[in-house]
Amino acid sequence: MQELLQSLAPWLNDNAIFTPSTLAQYWEGFVNTVQLVFISLVLGLFLAVPLAIGRASPIRAISKSIWLFTWVFRGTPLLIQLYIAYYGLAFIPGARESILWPLIKDPLYPALLAFTLNTAAYTTEIFYGAIKAMPRGELEAARAYGMSPMMAYRRIILPSALRRALPAYGNEVIFMLHASAIASVVTIADLTGVAYNIYARFYAPFSAFIFVAVCYMVLSFSIQGLFRLLEKRMLAHLQPR
Amino acid sequence: MIDFQGYGPRLLEGALLTLELAVLSLLLAVVLGLVTASARLSRLAILRLPAIIYTVIIRGVPDLVLMLLLFYGAQIGINQLTDMIYDRWGWDIFINVDPFVAGVITIGLIFGAYMAETFRGAFLAVDRGQVEAAESFGMSNWLLFRRIRFPLMMRHALPGLGNNWMVLLKTTALVSIIGLSDMVRVAAEATRATHQTFLFMIPVALGYLAITSLSEIGMQWLKKRYNAGFEEEH
Repeated sequence: MQELLQSLAPWLNDNAIFTPSTLAQYWEGFVNTVQLVFISLVLGLFLAVPLAIGRASPIRAISKSIWLFTWVFRGTPLLIQLYIAYYGLAFIPGARESILWPLIKDPLYPALLAFTLNTAAYTTEIFYGAIKAMPRGELEAARAYGMSPMMAYRRIILPSALRRALPAYGNEVIFMLHASAIASVVTIADLTGVAYNIYARFYAPFSAFIFVAVCYMVLSFSIQGLFRLLEKRMLAHLQPR
Repeated sequence: MIDFQGYGPRLLEGALLTLELAVLSLLLAVVLGLVTASARLSRLAILRLPAIIYTVIIRGVPDLVLMLLLFYGAQIGINQLTDMIYDRWGWDIFINVDPFVAGVITIGLIFGAYMAETFRGAFLAVDRGQVEAAESFGMSNWLLFRRIRFPLMMRHALPGLGNNWMVLLKTTALVSIIGLSDMVRVAAEATRATHQTFLFMIPVALGYLAITSLSEIGMQWLKKRYNAGFEEEH
């Protein structure tokens, strides 16, 4: 990376703002954003599958409590969830003395916690919707074959529902990427945080923020393209012939 | 009663600001959305192209980045403009960008793009025959829009509209970052001062949930209104 930036230097000669050093900062912000979004998406996905199954459960206590979780996390701004995770953990009496303090002190972990739970809530509802929309005939066929509910989920419901949820999940991924911009308010140097620092140093809002806007756009369109490809492959059986 | 340690009145003011901001930007977003959707459905490429560019850019960039760009950028842009006017004509003008106005314009601008997509789909879902009938009655374009296209389109647009409103409401929390004292900012300040996160954050979260639940009721009323005459089909 360092060499690449050095080789760019001659072209940046007359540019006061985009020097190798600021570009290196942007690169760091890019890595932080991608890391944060990717980890919370993966963790959220693993949480969402069992939660969606629970949400579709006939036992009311289970489905209602999962509904409450998704209602609260989808009904309040992510910023509040981030503040609760960040300040809430740090200001618990005795937190500073506990062995977990190194984890709490680093804003990355509270941010990961808030982002993971938030995306888990949205993804749960997406998967639940897909499970609900299962064609009745397929469920009845599974039962007629004597499949237990476990086996029906594993062999029939999940493979079909997760595929059909793909387009909505793609939107959620992009939503998460955009939502992650608020990580900068808890002092994480993500793309937006870096852009803000560079704006503050050079007092150049247009260069600093338009550059970062283009970065986000490139990321968004790449994700969109990736999901189009995935959909083409995994939903091929649903395409009109 | 819960003791808000003196932050109670400011929290209430913040809640009011959140509501004002949300309602005003919703109005702006609906108007922008209608204009953009109409432009996208126009026969003229010169109208279609800017509408497409607008929606693609807004949907590709995070709300916060757009907000920072418009809030900090607008002030400098306006300053440069007034400086130019001063140099050329000697008029001394000073315009200060108000964070509230900047917030309304940014959120309206962002959700205008989302509304445009909702309205575009809804306009396309309007029965062609209805429009043709109105045309054969000799209705002007404006009358046709007001009496036929808009009310029929709203029926299809309502679910998307309601969804956009919920997302917009939560997006207003971002104005706390550019310095507006909405309820999130008040709660964050109070938290930093008193170290009692839950005392302030939970009521604010409940405030959002209350607004959401109330909007749900409003949506039911709107649904009834715009579904009038369509009951037989269900």
